[in-house]
Formats: sequence, structure tokens, C-alpha cells
Amino acid sequence: MKTVDVAEAVARIPNGATLMIGGFMGIGSPERVIDELVRQQKRDLTVIANDTAMPGRGIGKLIDRGMVARTIASHIGLNPETQRQMINGRMQVDLVPQGTLIERIRAGGFGLGGVLTPTGVGTVVAEGKQLIKLDGRSYLIEKALRADFALLNAFLADYLGNLSYVLTARNFNPVIAMAADTTIAAADHIVPVGLIAPDHVLTPATLVDYLVANG
Amino acid sequence: MDAQTIIARRIARELRGGMLVNLGIGIPTLVANYISRDVQIFFQSENGLIGTGPIPEQGMAHPLLTDAGGRPVTALPGASTFDSAMSFGLIRGGHVDVTVLGGLQVDSRGLLANWMIPGKMVPGMGGAMDLVTGAKRVIIAMQHTAKGKAKLVKQCTLPLTSSRPIDLLVTELAVIAFPDGRATLRETAPGVTVEQVMSASEAKLALADTVAQMQL
Repeated sequence: MKTVDVAEAVARIPNGATLMIGGFMGIGSPERVIDELVRQQKRDLTVIANDTAMPGRGIGKLIDRGMVARTIASHIGLNPETQRQMINGRMQVDLVPQGTLIERIRAGGFGLGGVLTPTGVGTVVAEGKQLIKLDGRSYLIEKALRADFALLNAFLADYLGNLSYVLTARNFNPVIAMAADTTIAAADHIVPVGLIAPDHVLTPATLVDYLVANG
Repeated sequence: MDAQTIIARRIARELRGGMLVNLGIGIPTLVANYISRDVQIFFQSENGLIGTGPIPEQGMAHPLLTDAGGRPVTALPGASTFDSAMSFGLIRGGHVDVTVLGGLQVDSRGLLANWMIPGKMVPGMGGAMDLVTGAKRVIIAMQHTAKGKAKLVKQCTLPLTSSRPIDLLVTELAVIAFPDGRATLRETAPGVTVEQVMSASEAKLALADTVAQMQL
């Protein structure tokens, strides 16, 4: 783990990279890292996230500026700009049931090729996917997802990179921390090693490559 | 009493102390307003919270504590938080006792369409497909008609949410269950006749042994 300046962390992300970004309607998104992606004018990004928040907030800032070529998300209903870019063909949007999306990411981080889920059987979500019957029940095979970078936000980090989260800002963050080649964590507060009790560490330090302070 | 209030009050009567309940946005959210104060129900927000409480007083909103629509909420004493994998494990794994969701169409077999209108509204399914597939009991809160058109149809023309039928449909006119895959009228709202419900529905309705009056 390395503590770095936000500009240096983001400079490692090339155009065209696939990013998993934490947050749920912008709550728990790494706003400072997103602002730096905007400042460095990255383009052709693929974003994997629960949603695209709303214009001017969280991932919405990347959408506003046309920096995203493809989005894999479960809900875009509160971001009319995402819908506009999807409809006019400027951006590809793959809509995935929320429970399936988080499990595909979890599988990607946990060394699994995918998951079997009943969600989506008999709906448009099943189109083009393999159906499997086990013990009399039907499941879809949903492939694992991985990314080049995971961009997450934590409430507390220590100087080793151990992370803890608060309230509903946890959401996708600890799951994406496992599923990318490089993990960049932004933390609202960085505290001395030992201050976060072992039982309260939800993302162990060894998963974090770069730590950025939100201060 | 307006349509939304009738629906929310009737559904509130389906909930029991100790249940884990997930309410969707719209009319379903209103159900929480009609729960008796001495009954403890655990409300889940799928963004990672059990023990969701009312909207905070002015100035008391915590920026990192919201419901699944991103609106500020409170966490009641005894609340717990978790990540999205756990949250959907609770949902898909059958640990949620009841989910209450909105609907665009429900058909005669109890199949639900509630997440998109092709070419018009493509917000994404969010958690709806997992909830309908995995919750122990699925209750749909829906106005009986929209612009004069029946929403209780023979067969859904909009994309389905799940191949699992719902358990109960509550509208401002009626309560309808789906035993053995057949839409069955169980209750009518005060002042509403069986014929009125029939004529506002495209689906053919079977009648329960006794069609009761909806208790509100």
C-alpha cells in the first residue's frame, strides 16, 4: 500500500480503463477521486457501479462530461442524462439486477467464474444466457465481473490501508475492493494504525494499493 | 380517503411484529405511516440498512444515511448496516418476510411487470427483480386503473419482473390473491361492488368463497 496524492493516483488510470466505483445514489462514492478524473479529462471509460447517481453528483459528473463509453449498472432512473446518452447511442448501458450485479462483482473478487441465480429467469435478463436446472429449480449463469481499477470510499483508514465504513455509505465499496487489479481507496479520515479495532476492519489493508485522503 | 391512502392502510394490516419488510418507492413507502406504534417491524433499505426509521427532522439529516432512493432517513435503535452483497443475500435468500412494491401491470396468473416501458421509461430494474424472485411474500400496491385503462390484465404486455407470481395485489378498489395461479377477488373497498371491480379489470376474476369488505 502507498499513500499518494489524488492527482498521482488518478494519473495511473489510462483512457479506456474499466472502473468499479463505490456508492449508491452518490452516497459513499469517492467524490474527490471522481473530481480528479474530471480534471484529468479521462475518456472512453467503462464504469461498473450500482447506479450513475444524478447530474452533478458522484458518477453523474463523469456522465455529464461524456467521459463514459459504457456503463454496467442496475438503476439509472434518477439520472436523465444517462438515459439520454443511452437512447441516442452515445453510451452503451447494460442494466443488471442489483443483486446479480453485486454477486457478479463478488464472484470476480472471490475467484469464482460466476454465480447461479434465480433472478431474471423468464425475463428479458435471461436472453442470451445459459439456463441451468439444479434440484428442480432454474438458475441463470451470470458471469463474474472484474475491473482494472476499483475506486472506493471509506470513512476511516489507518496508515496501512485498513478500512472501515459508516451507515449506508458501505454499499458496493468493500465488495469492489476485492474485484479489481488496482484498488484506490479514498478515506474521509486517516487515523493511526491500531485505532480501528480488528473487528471493525471490513477491508483489510492488503487489498488497498493506493490510499488518498479526502481532507 | 384517497386511493393511495386506502392502499397503504390496507397493506399495513398485512405486516406483523418482528417481520423484515422491504418497501419500494411510491405508494409502498406510505405503508410505514400506518403501522401501529407498539409493533416493531424491521424495515430494510436495500442500500444496506435494517431498522430504517422516519425522515429526520429539519437539520438532522446525516449525509451518509439514506434510503434506496437517496433520501435522508434515520436508523432506529437496534438498526444494523451491511454491504450490498449481504443486502441482496437477505433478499434473494428468502430472509425478507414481505416486500411491497409498485406495479405497472399484474396479470391473471399473478405475474408482475413493474420496471420498464419499452421506448418510454427505462430506469433499470434496480432491486425489483431480486425482491420479487426472493422475498417470502410479494405484495403489490397499485392503482386499479391508469388513465381509464386496466392494470390488472389478462397477460402482461410489458416486460416481466420475475417468473415468480406475486402473492397479493392491493388496489383502491380491491384485494386480489392468486391461489393456484388464478386471480381471485377476496375483498372490495368500502362502497365498491364486485361488478365495479370486474369492469375495471381486464383479467377474469374468480371469487373467493366470501368476498369481504376491506378493513382499513
